[in-house]
Amino acid sequence: MEKIEMKRRDFVKVLGLASGGLLFGCNVSADKVVVNTLENGISFVPNLFIQLQKDGKLTIVVARSEMGQGIRTSMASAIAEDLEADWKYVTVQQATGDSKFGNQNTDGSRSIRTLLKPMRKMGAMARTILEQAAAKKWNIPVSNCKAENHFVKNSTTGEEIFFGDLVEEAKTIAIPSDENIILKDKKEFKYIGKKVIRGIDMEDFLHGKANYGLDARLPNMKFASIARSPVTFGSVKSYDTSETVEIDGVEQVVQLDRLIPPAGQFFGMLGGVAVIANNTWSAFQGKNNLNIEWESGLNKTYDSEKFKEKLIGRIQNKSKVVPPFKGNVDKAFENADKVIEATYTMPHLVHAPMEVPNALAWVRDGKCDVWAPVQDPQTVRAEIAHFFGFAIEDITINVMMLGGAFGRKSKSDFVVEAVALSQKINAPVQVVWTREDDIQHSFYHAQNAQYLKGSLDKKGKVTGWLHRVAFPSITSSFKPMSNYIAGFELGMGFTNNPYDIENIQIENAKAESHLRIGWLRSVSNIISGFGINSFVDELAMVSGKDAIDFRLDLLGKDKAPTEKSPHPFNVARLKNVLLEAKKLSKWGRELPEGHGLGVAIHYSFYSYVATVVEVSVKSEKVKVENIYSVLDCGMYVNRDAVINQMEGAAIFGMSITMFGKISTKDGVVEQSNFHDYQMTRMIDAPNIHVHLVDNEEDPTGVGEPGVPPVSAAITNAIFNASGKRVRSLPLSDHGMV
Amino acid sequence: MQTLTINGQDYQVDAPESMPLLWAIRDLIGLTGTKFGCGVAQCGACSIMIDGAVVRSCSTMVSQAIGKNITTIEGTSASLEALRQAWRNNSVPQCGYCQSGQLISAAELLDTNNNPTDEDIDNAMSGNICRCGTYVRIKKAIKEAVELKKQV
Ligand code: FES
Ligand code: FES
Repeated sequence: MEKIEMKRRDFVKVLGLASGGLLFGCNVSADKVVVNTLENGISFVPNLFIQLQKDGKLTIVVARSEMGQGIRTSMASAIAEDLEADWKYVTVQQATGDSKFGNQNTDGSRSIRTLLKPMRKMGAMARTILEQAAAKKWNIPVSNCKAENHFVKNSTTGEEIFFGDLVEEAKTIAIPSDENIILKDKKEFKYIGKKVIRGIDMEDFLHGKANYGLDARLPNMKFASIARSPVTFGSVKSYDTSETVEIDGVEQVVQLDRLIPPAGQFFGMLGGVAVIANNTWSAFQGKNNLNIEWESGLNKTYDSEKFKEKLIGRIQNKSKVVPPFKGNVDKAFENADKVIEATYTMPHLVHAPMEVPNALAWVRDGKCDVWAPVQDPQTVRAEIAHFFGFAIEDITINVMMLGGAFGRKSKSDFVVEAVALSQKINAPVQVVWTREDDIQHSFYHAQNAQYLKGSLDKKGKVTGWLHRVAFPSITSSFKPMSNYIAGFELGMGFTNNPYDIENIQIENAKAESHLRIGWLRSVSNIISGFGINSFVDELAMVSGKDAIDFRLDLLGKDKAPTEKSPHPFNVARLKNVLLEAKKLSKWGRELPEGHGLGVAIHYSFYSYVATVVEVSVKSEKVKVENIYSVLDCGMYVNRDAVINQMEGAAIFGMSITMFGKISTKDGVVEQSNFHDYQMTRMIDAPNIHVHLVDNEEDPTGVGEPGVPPVSAAITNAIFNASGKRVRSLPLSDHGMV
Repeated sequence: MQTLTINGQDYQVDAPESMPLLWAIRDLIGLTGTKFGCGVAQCGACSIMIDGAVVRSCSTMVSQAIGKNITTIEGTSASLEALRQAWRNNSVPQCGYCQSGQLISAAELLDTNNNPTDEDIDNAMSGNICRCGTYVRIKKAIKEAVELKKQV
């Protein structure tokens, strides 16, 4: 391990903490914790810091991005739990992007999954030190000292010492060995799994004081708006600025070349023409007034409707077989009593986080400072070093609050743009995307088509399952000409199909990309969740069985998990969420005229979800009345935040199902703002009922697993209500909303 | 130079002629609680009140606010305080970005309606998008705020 040269005061400075107080530096990785008080030199690289001050203030430096999932509150409460801290003293400071904080990438629903145990251990370690400090001060055995709510109590005399008053003493205590660190019993939890009284950022949210990327301000900063080629990867042929420079507030116009990322990493930037102004509005106006002639390039023929037909055509024929396969599907189809087949499609989608992409950069004296809402600050840093030649240590990424992200803000093209501009104009500059820019120049969720074929025997048992899928891969954004789906994408519900079927075959047909393709909340689980849950429903209907009983049967017997994985798939847990959803939704109850129930289940990010939806269909129009969702994510920290995420996932899934569609003509995205890329609003919002399964399993994903079952649960409910089977989304294409 | 009165305080601004209030408030005056979401009166993130009525500041000219009282999320009122308390009680925000606009729209509703029905709430709030999907909580919190306000 790298020897650390920095001293305590250096850390205090780098972290921007107040001086004085007791500082813990810890190296927290998924399975172990190394800690020291940083009073003397240390022999490890800390990636998490906790500071206790004499007034009792406890600061936790959090190195994950806040994008609405409550991560700052969750991480702080995990540490506060085992430290026996009083929540009113806890504050959180956001870490800058720096390798000393370990992996800071916030995606894949993994923060709590990997960090809960180490963080709890960290808290327990600090608590043990404080108890030992009290023991030393009172000169009594440590077994008589018990920390409770920011005080250590002498169990013989009942005397108490405030945590803050133990700071000096604690600096003299040696780090306790692992066997002396005892985690709290689950029964004594005050924060983990409980409703947290006050989210760390609540008051800021309520008073407009939270600092999002877009709120970053520097003296004399400039604002920039960039015109990018309407067709992906087109370039500027010529441009005329005469109507732009007329605009009050516009200062200059700068051309930016496209930066192409090296194979396999980074995001680069699209390039275009940037208007620099002394306020955002003038920059926007200046951009609108540019007259640009574009060289559209190869993607100008991309018509997403035609491409959809092409994909549908391809998946009707035998395609590339991907492992694992089981048995012999052709035989199963030959010997079947009934064979059914169906084709499903979904269009491109875009994240449209409420806060548009933006970044403020200031390049000066060979250094580069960035203030931006980013999910993955370390990659941003590496990318800036790559394109602009700064030494890594001369780049600072100040991670601002994220006004939503859903995967968009882990692609750092908007930061690269700001750095390029700041370097060119020698001033701090904030690049602000308009909503139109966001909708028209994103990294899109892939348009897709799936063909499923299944066979049933005389008893209605499923004997064969063929699943053919085609969509442009995320890999195409990193390696041009990647025309097949990557293994990690197929692993999101396709190749790890949970059903116990004797003969299974998965095939992947070719799909070229003509837009930048990227990941969007839940990624290709959205596709598999829709296709598989729709088709299982069709099989159930043909076999004449109840949709839930049919699924329980198809999942097969409980088995001991066999997968080599830190969180092996356990079919019993999937069946359990389904049964819980049955209960929660009162499945089978009598429904009002025109109402229907639909169900879907999905396993993703190691979590298990079942969703039941109640819709009403009146004169062909669909209204979602109720959504019942059950989540098994193992142990969870902030109960209420998890429920909030599931409610949000239900709405996100609804938006996809009802309206979600990005289409192109002549290579240009046809949608531009919320009037034509619509999302669910209050008036359409259903009642949402969430149940969390309580168990002692390791924590798994929360932010994403709620989305994948929603679409099929809705379309299955529509079938139940009206007999109409919807196989292509969104519903707005069918005049159903 | 124009004078804008925001939350009871006067600010001198020199705004370009066509500039909407949103940008005068955010970029010229520096009050960043009012948010940009769409720029075309579709999302409600930029909601403010002018003399007690909600407007989308991205689509309202500076001239329309001269000599009037502007309330932003940095301000206060009996309705806003009741709503804040209800928002806390129900842990409404996720990313928080839309919440300035949500609170302002809800404040107008509470100012003008002592007993809003579900339908009143839907109508008052459907101009405000929450991409994180906190609608269920917003609705519950508004109902709670109505009761809280009656108690004071
Ligand atoms: S920014 Fe004004 S309504 Fe969206
Ligand atoms: S809380 Fe994120 S957009 Fe509403």
